[in-house]
Amino acid sequence: MNIVVCVKEIPDPEIPASAFRLDPESKRAILPGGRKLVISDYDERAVEAALKIKDSLDSKITVLSLGRESAQDIIRHCLAMGCDEGILLSDPLFDDSDSFATAFVLAEAIKRKGEFDLILCGRQEGEWDAGQVGSGIAELLGIPSVTTVVNIEIRGGRVVMERLLWDGHEIVEVPLPALATVSSEIGEPRYPTFRKVREASKKEIPVWTSQEITPAKPQNRLLSLFIPSHGEGKCEFIEETSPEGKATRLAMTLREAKLI
Amino acid sequence: MDRNMDRSEVVIVGELEEGKIASITAELLTVGRTLADELNATLSTVFVGNQISPEVASEAISLGGDKVYIIDTPLFKDYLTDTYVAALESLDREVKPGILLLGHTTLGRDLAPSLAFRLKTGLTTDCVELSIDAETGCLRKTKPVYGGNAWATYVCDAGHPHMATLRAKVIPPLKRDASRKGEVVHFDPQLDEATARVKVIDRVREEMPGARLEGANIIVCGGRGIGSPEGFKQLEELARILNGAVGCTRIPSDNKWVPASYQIGLTGKVVSPSLYIGMALSGASQHLAGISGNTTIVAVNKDPEANIFSRAHYGVIDDYQKVLPALIEECRQLRSSGSPGGDDKLEE
Repeated sequence: MNIVVCVKEIPDPEIPASAFRLDPESKRAILPGGRKLVISDYDERAVEAALKIKDSLDSKITVLSLGRESAQDIIRHCLAMGCDEGILLSDPLFDDSDSFATAFVLAEAIKRKGEFDLILCGRQEGEWDAGQVGSGIAELLGIPSVTTVVNIEIRGGRVVMERLLWDGHEIVEVPLPALATVSSEIGEPRYPTFRKVREASKKEIPVWTSQEITPAKPQNRLLSLFIPSHGEGKCEFIEETSPEGKATRLAMTLREAKLI
Repeated sequence: MDRNMDRSEVVIVGELEEGKIASITAELLTVGRTLADELNATLSTVFVGNQISPEVASEAISLGGDKVYIIDTPLFKDYLTDTYVAALESLDREVKPGILLLGHTTLGRDLAPSLAFRLKTGLTTDCVELSIDAETGCLRKTKPVYGGNAWATYVCDAGHPHMATLRAKVIPPLKRDASRKGEVVHFDPQLDEATARVKVIDRVREEMPGARLEGANIIVCGGRGIGSPEGFKQLEELARILNGAVGCTRIPSDNKWVPASYQIGLTGKVVSPSLYIGMALSGASQHLAGISGNTTIVAVNKDPEANIFSRAHYGVIDDYQKVLPALIEECRQLRSSGSPGGDDKLEE
């Protein structure tokens, strides 16, 4: 099976809120000193979903990333996890892509690459949290999409996926080629082995630019980016010597406030 | 938009829950009313489904709408991306709305992006503020980004309709006005079964013990520090005594300590209880994004540096395993002596 996984590099979402800063000029987050961009968590889960298929079915996994030069690092990470090849889509003309322009470039790259059966994306990336690119690629390629997928099984040519609903889940049968966006419940991404890391470091990662792919105009324009005020209140700490005492005092406090 | 007759409608994609208008649709009608009034436009709601009760249309009108489109054939009995996108694409061709709004729900998260790409227009998801840009007349769409650490405001420069999904529980719904009059239009997009490429084999509802998370007045929420499914059993005990519901952050859901439907936050549910008790969780902005409204937040965490304390109203710095059994016992005793004002009932 030919599988394509799309991944993105983002500022580490684990950066604490207190260290979070914005650059109003570029309308982007400023990375605190020493922090690198990381692979978006849901995208890494999409890689894991692809590798789970490859574990039981002969497959070739291609990783695509639209980003700066530095996105090579996350592509190498995916290769070290077990993917077969990677392509970086990088050009200053791709830099200010919104969901539409990003999906457009990725869809064009997938067409250019040729054969594919299954495309996997994270359900949303952790920077703009739009959750549109996966469905967008499917629309642009004219193939069906299934979102927030937590399990993929391939049984004799039939592809069966489980996806999340607000009050449970549903099982769907999907004809190929298709696209799925993956949610984190699919499982922890595997760790690369030392041997795979070494192999990945030697692999050539081709770069496709606007020479190969004509970019699209964004649909949405970012007017402003700002840090909202949460009206942070003072926390009243329950002070007692024992945990049991704290529990009693907390219950009393909440009762007095008519909350319980 | 009044410059262009074709774009004189604001359309909301309505949702039903057990046959009745979902709360998110009432919230969308509130926002939609403001936008439509500013643009001097018609506010319409479209319901797609099968055997939709006629009361749904009149309810949408009494909640602020001017017009209702009903798309009702057996093909739309269950939600499927392909059939719903095609139906709304067809409606868009007919109606040419200037603005199209959906809820940021299971349905909206899946439907809105596919529909936006089909219509070749710009969508902004998970919006918390929607208004009309005075200068351009475009829809201004503000949404949390960077996991809730920042907010971004967008406009759509190219394409129509201007599209957004609205986060649940950020807007209070309008009061019903049963005297409002409106128009009901039945619309048939004339699709056949071949439109649906993906087939649903099974839908499984997870029964949650106790109150429903979205409507619960009290929520007991557990995080990474709970460590096991057994830990959540204790949280369920507390929730049961308080007549509340149990929620979780992402880690317990990822580790399958509880079903994914328990998750509160950016990739889970939005809740607005009057009391939220967070146990052994750090309070990442991605989780806090799911708590809205006038919620009193209580945090129990042994780490005094945990981010949750910057948002909490009451804090206990201690090991939850030592605090929880005593808290359960205290609450049991308090509850057996009566609730504070008999206000145990759910919000919805």
